[in-house]
Amino acid sequence: MSTENAVTDGKANDARTDLDAWVREIIEWHFNPDTGCPFWLDWAEKAGWDPRQEVGGFDDLRKFPHFEDEWLRGGPVRRWVPTAYADRPTFVFETGGTTGIPKSRVAQEDFRIDYELFSDTLPEDRFPRGSNWLMLGPSGPRRLRLAVEHLAQHRGGICFCVDLDPRWVIKLIKKGWHEHLKAYQDHVIDQAVTVLSAGHDIKCMFSTPKLLEALANRLEENGSSLKETGIQGIFAGGTEFTPQWNRFAHEELLDGIYMTPTYGNTLMGLAASPPSGPENGYKITYYAPQPRAVIQVVDPDDAEKVVGYGETGRVMLTTLTKEFFVPRFQERDEGEREPPCEQYPWDGVSGVRPFSRLASATTVGVY
Amino acid sequence: MIHFPVLRWGEPYQSLETTEVRHFSTGEPVAEVSQANPGIVARDLRKGSERARDALREIPCADLLEMVKKGGELFKTADLPFGDGVQTPDDFVRQQSATTGLPEHMCRMNMGKLEYVLSHLDEVLTSLTRKLDYDILTRGYGEEDGVMRSYQATCPVLGMVLPSNSPGVHSLWLPIIPLQIGLVLKPGPQEPWTPWRMAQAFFQAGIPKEAIALYPGMGEVGAAVLNNTQRSLIFGGTATVEQYAGNAGVQVHGPGFSKILLGDDVVDNWEQYVDLMVDSVLTNSGRGCINCSGIWASRHTREIAQAVAERIGPIAPLPPENPEAALAAFTVPGQATAISGDIDNALKEDGVEEVSAQFQDGGRLVNQEHCDYIRPTVMHCASPEVAMSKKEYMYPFVTVVECPQDQMIKAIGATLVATGLTEDPAFTRSLLDARNIDRLNIGPVPTIKLNWLQPHEGNIVDFLFRPRAFQRAG
Repeated sequence: MSTENAVTDGKANDARTDLDAWVREIIEWHFNPDTGCPFWLDWAEKAGWDPRQEVGGFDDLRKFPHFEDEWLRGGPVRRWVPTAYADRPTFVFETGGTTGIPKSRVAQEDFRIDYELFSDTLPEDRFPRGSNWLMLGPSGPRRLRLAVEHLAQHRGGICFCVDLDPRWVIKLIKKGWHEHLKAYQDHVIDQAVTVLSAGHDIKCMFSTPKLLEALANRLEENGSSLKETGIQGIFAGGTEFTPQWNRFAHEELLDGIYMTPTYGNTLMGLAASPPSGPENGYKITYYAPQPRAVIQVVDPDDAEKVVGYGETGRVMLTTLTKEFFVPRFQERDEGEREPPCEQYPWDGVSGVRPFSRLASATTVGVY
Repeated sequence: MIHFPVLRWGEPYQSLETTEVRHFSTGEPVAEVSQANPGIVARDLRKGSERARDALREIPCADLLEMVKKGGELFKTADLPFGDGVQTPDDFVRQQSATTGLPEHMCRMNMGKLEYVLSHLDEVLTSLTRKLDYDILTRGYGEEDGVMRSYQATCPVLGMVLPSNSPGVHSLWLPIIPLQIGLVLKPGPQEPWTPWRMAQAFFQAGIPKEAIALYPGMGEVGAAVLNNTQRSLIFGGTATVEQYAGNAGVQVHGPGFSKILLGDDVVDNWEQYVDLMVDSVLTNSGRGCINCSGIWASRHTREIAQAVAERIGPIAPLPPENPEAALAAFTVPGQATAISGDIDNALKEDGVEEVSAQFQDGGRLVNQEHCDYIRPTVMHCASPEVAMSKKEYMYPFVTVVECPQDQMIKAIGATLVATGLTEDPAFTRSLLDARNIDRLNIGPVPTIKLNWLQPHEGNIVDFLFRPRAFQRAG
């Protein structure tokens, strides 16, 4: 065993010990009648077993069924608020909702904590403290807009935002109204170009692959470039953030601007990734913000079984915060299991893409 | 393994995303294909489209014509660059057959067809341009017979979203380069072979590399081609046709619903036309939009269905290298089963009978380990009212529909090729006036027999050049 591997293994063991301790604390919190939320307390009563007695570590979470995000549809949303936090100001973030009732997740401080942790992963020279941000992504009742704004504020900056309604975008795609879709994308990019041209000293940005591409192309058509706007650091996310797109962006759009991919959604925090580039084939590997969230890559036919390193499986997420407990949620994504690394001494996932067995039913890359 | 790169204005680009195309019967990988991402398409087209046309305009049309004719020869006979080595014409035939499911002799036939079109391209263009002096297209204006004529190109490049099923459709884009318009090709997932080989043949013949781009990829790459070119051609199903109907920038090539219509004056002699019917249904394994999928007559329809079924019903799958193979395989998993299921559903309606079933022990669907076949299918429809009468599939499938002659033209719906078997002047007049018929043959011309000097689903020259007024002060 090399010295480097020994260090990583040691850190991985420590991380696992920390995770097991954190699991015990979170289970105690969510299933204690004085602190837990009505949903999980009711669930335990019906299940007929006390997780506080039976869960001693992460592996014991398999005693829970897979979390179903359908449980998040409809009210009363207060059933998800932990009793101990009932008096705190509460946000609700939504996913879905193009048709029917969206799924709702309550949050109080989680999104701030998650993005502050993510902030620690950003290189200071590329995301200078005190500089302003552009949030070029979905607005409305979503976590992302507030979270990016908080990230900017946490780093001493001010965040400029655009209006972007992804539910309308999905409707345009489903109706086949391609001209309207293009016009709406132009409308979003118009807003971004206007903000960037207004002398606000914006140096950092969140965007999605599609919007970043559209912005770069528009700026070039206008005789400018992303670099000329003063942008120095970009974080972006989405399953369209493939190694090929990563390479294309670095070689043809960014002109030296730093960009880091992220993977996340309303149910979890934000998974970051170590730097990637030509030296590793622009491979993108995400690591969850353990112990607050854990990503596993499992056999699609048997979620009890974690696949081997390098093997393909379905992404399974466990969220473990005092605001929200999500055991063993099977994501709509798949990827390859990756080993721990120095920076993140726990399992990661690479090649994240829509789960192939569900892909045809999912509209991806809407913004 | 052979690798197909993306061609970015002639320059190979190896993507980090690749797909494998596999042999339809063995499942073995045949080639690895680089997948473009939509951003590359958008970026290249924004930066290189005008350059593509400029490069072509530096070469007179007549010289370009000679080059593509030479390209046609090379396409058919030469060893051409491919992967790390070369591809012989025989390699091409085997490889194209392996991934498309078409029998090898059909691939060879399509290869010959493309070479034929290229070797006669001067005549084709003379016809499509109505003998216009090419210099007028290059310069944008010029006098002919003392009259000032001006034509403006509607686009610097033509985008094409190509299918996998029928290599013969590539003939549609062969006249583009001599018109000094660049080519942007998005090949079908199972048929990257023809666009690649033709591009290499053109390059060897002297066509500037910056005039041709090739972007393998999935649907979003096709969408990027359509969204970033002012003029494009797309091949697809009925849904694609409906999606782009009314879009003046997109010429859609969908299902043909091509038909043979027997007039009352000749229908009692229907037996004379059975060979014509069989050829029209069966050639190229029924994959083309010009293959006949409907035979309409006012009487004798049961006898016609029986006679055609006797000829094509017994045909069974044969290995692709067998020169007698008449059926192409379905290489997309589940496609044949879905089609056969759709047919079963339509059969539940009264007035529909599967006449070919009597010749097919074990049924029409033949499932194999890595691919499927559907055996030639002949349906009798007692009236045009039944849903089956409007069906068309990508294999030798034909409905024989009983319909009075005076209701026929209205009832057939959109029809790419109609062969009207009649000598009745009134019916002939009605067929000539029918706006739901594109290509019209009067008399015993198989639907699959094309006259290359005539436009196909619109004149490509009219699509690419608009006539306009131009005056220049003397």
